[in-house]
Amino acid sequence: MSEEVKKMIIDYVKKEYLEEDSTMEINEDTKIISSGIVDSFSMVSLKMFLEKKFSIKIPDDKATPEAFDSANNIIHLLKEYTTI
Amino acid sequence: MSNIGSYEGKYTSFHWKQTEDELQYGKNGMYNIGYYCSDYLCEKGFGNKQALIWEGFTGEVKNFTYDDLRIFSNTIAKFLQDNEVNVGDRVCLFMDKIPELYIGFIGILKMGGIAQPLFSAFGEEALFTRLDDAKTKVIITQKKHLGKVRRIKDKLPGLTKIIVVDADQSSLKVNEIHFSMEKAKQVDKYDIVNADPEMPSVLHYTSGTTGKPKGAQHVHASIIAQYITSKWVLDLRPDDVYWCTADPGWVTGTSYGIIGPWVNGVTQVILDAGFGTEKWYAFIQKYKVTMWYSAPTAIRMLMKEGLDVVKKYDLSSLRHLASVGEPLNAEAVIWSEKAFGRPFYDTYWQTETGAIVITNFPGLKIKPGSMGKPFPGIIATVLNPKTFEPITTAGTVGLIALKPGWPSMMRAYWNNKETYDSKFKNGWYVCGDRSSIDDDGYFWFVGRDDDVINTAGHLVGPFEIESALIEHEAVAEAAAIGKPDPVNMEVVKAFIALKPGFEENDDLELDIINFIRKRLSPLAMPQEVEFVPSLPKTRSGKIMRRLLRAREWGEEIGDISTLEND
Repeated sequence: MSEEVKKMIIDYVKKEYLEEDSTMEINEDTKIISSGIVDSFSMVSLKMFLEKKFSIKIPDDKATPEAFDSANNIIHLLKEYTTI
Repeated sequence: MSNIGSYEGKYTSFHWKQTEDELQYGKNGMYNIGYYCSDYLCEKGFGNKQALIWEGFTGEVKNFTYDDLRIFSNTIAKFLQDNEVNVGDRVCLFMDKIPELYIGFIGILKMGGIAQPLFSAFGEEALFTRLDDAKTKVIITQKKHLGKVRRIKDKLPGLTKIIVVDADQSSLKVNEIHFSMEKAKQVDKYDIVNADPEMPSVLHYTSGTTGKPKGAQHVHASIIAQYITSKWVLDLRPDDVYWCTADPGWVTGTSYGIIGPWVNGVTQVILDAGFGTEKWYAFIQKYKVTMWYSAPTAIRMLMKEGLDVVKKYDLSSLRHLASVGEPLNAEAVIWSEKAFGRPFYDTYWQTETGAIVITNFPGLKIKPGSMGKPFPGIIATVLNPKTFEPITTAGTVGLIALKPGWPSMMRAYWNNKETYDSKFKNGWYVCGDRSSIDDDGYFWFVGRDDDVINTAGHLVGPFEIESALIEHEAVAEAAAIGKPDPVNMEVVKAFIALKPGFEENDDLELDIINFIRKRLSPLAMPQEVEFVPSLPKTRSGKIMRRLLRAREWGEEIGDISTLEND
């Protein structure tokens, strides 16, 4: 299940935050916040996507740049609120 | 002892001419900022000193001495000249915080161009609006941002060349040129354009309540104010390691992320990476940062992580801290004293003022939550909003206003004389912010005097957001306001009435949010959407943002006699 979710996150980041013709590869460990792919403001839209997808509410104090910095980190965070 | 010494003494005796003399401004008839940030320092014996230590998000590090800065900026200036960029042409810098952005800025000024830095997270609509208004001739960018430029270039006939600093020429199209600052033939000697002090230097776009963003145009003489404010407010000293966290797409990133530190001969460090609490503390520890200029939003994000994480790092190198962009709340000042053993000094200024104008000074008592006092050479007051006469009663809220005439004041809004003229009332430049002044002469910020949204220290115009929102296929009408936010001071909230056939749901909300993020910028992106059947309007059809904002902030709604439907 987490593999599917990882893929979903990576696909979403590629679709929403990379240029259409970008050749950048993203995997489960790619730093997406500290690399600037997703800036701290845009992180809100990524958080919103996850909350809507899983019908959860991620508290603001848990939604740190570190917690969102890779697909693996996000999975770790989601596990606190879902059964993935 | 701080550089400024006695504030009161300096305020009463100061004249800008003293700073011009100290800086030797006009030495050999030279007034160009590019010269004073590189060649001048080399002539003073700083050639082998580190000017820039840059670290990328992968940990890659690059070092540049003042002599490197001189030669690389010469190289860029010559390259632009060879590519038919002339004195007065606008050259846009559209890049992440990479060395080419900082050194390119100096290069553009050296050849007499007008540097137009734009935030690299801008979407194509925001980019187009600003390039179209400035009739920009050349843009310097990175491969990762090229797609945005390509999608709008056909609508910009004046944009003759796109310079890409990190792409192979084989991957580029017509009028796209690869230029590698470090691999190009280096230019040791370059005839810097002998700028007049009033020659245009920088064009920074800023948002207003109505209309398109306005280009605040500055001149080379701004360096006089940027030099002395960096020295007296940021307290920069030759042995400092200085870190300004602002992006040069915004005015702090050029006035105090390029010009101020370099004209003072300081070593500055740049981290080209997204925000991360531990990453930032590790960066300070690694480079032994002594002076740190940041923003309240960042400070509040650090506060969220608590004091324990601070203790994991050796931050004892920090000597002085300052903050800019929005009012620094008293809690943040007090927290920084606990966390770093010293307070953040709040500084107030704007894109239009070009340099710090009201501020807290090292050596002057801080009243936590206050903006501080006017910089020497700046005459500041608060005006009665109806008569535009100075208010003389302490504690009464009025419009912050400055007597025109300081060197870094904007000289125009690009092609927008009417709006520029409207900023002056009764012989005062009116900043658009409200504050009071206490019995001791300290200013206390109250808020904006218009609908402009201040989010994370950046001004976002509601009109620009609303114009973009109604381009979404589902949106019939829209209003954008700032809603309170504990970290960013304000974030954008959009009120949207949908077109027939569309129904509100989570997917549509997210789609609208991402639509604005991509077209304008992450800062303009609504963090909340409220779907409404219709928007409150005046009888003449104007959306009453004031009403929406008052409801959101729990304030008095005020006069609604002109309301059409309620």
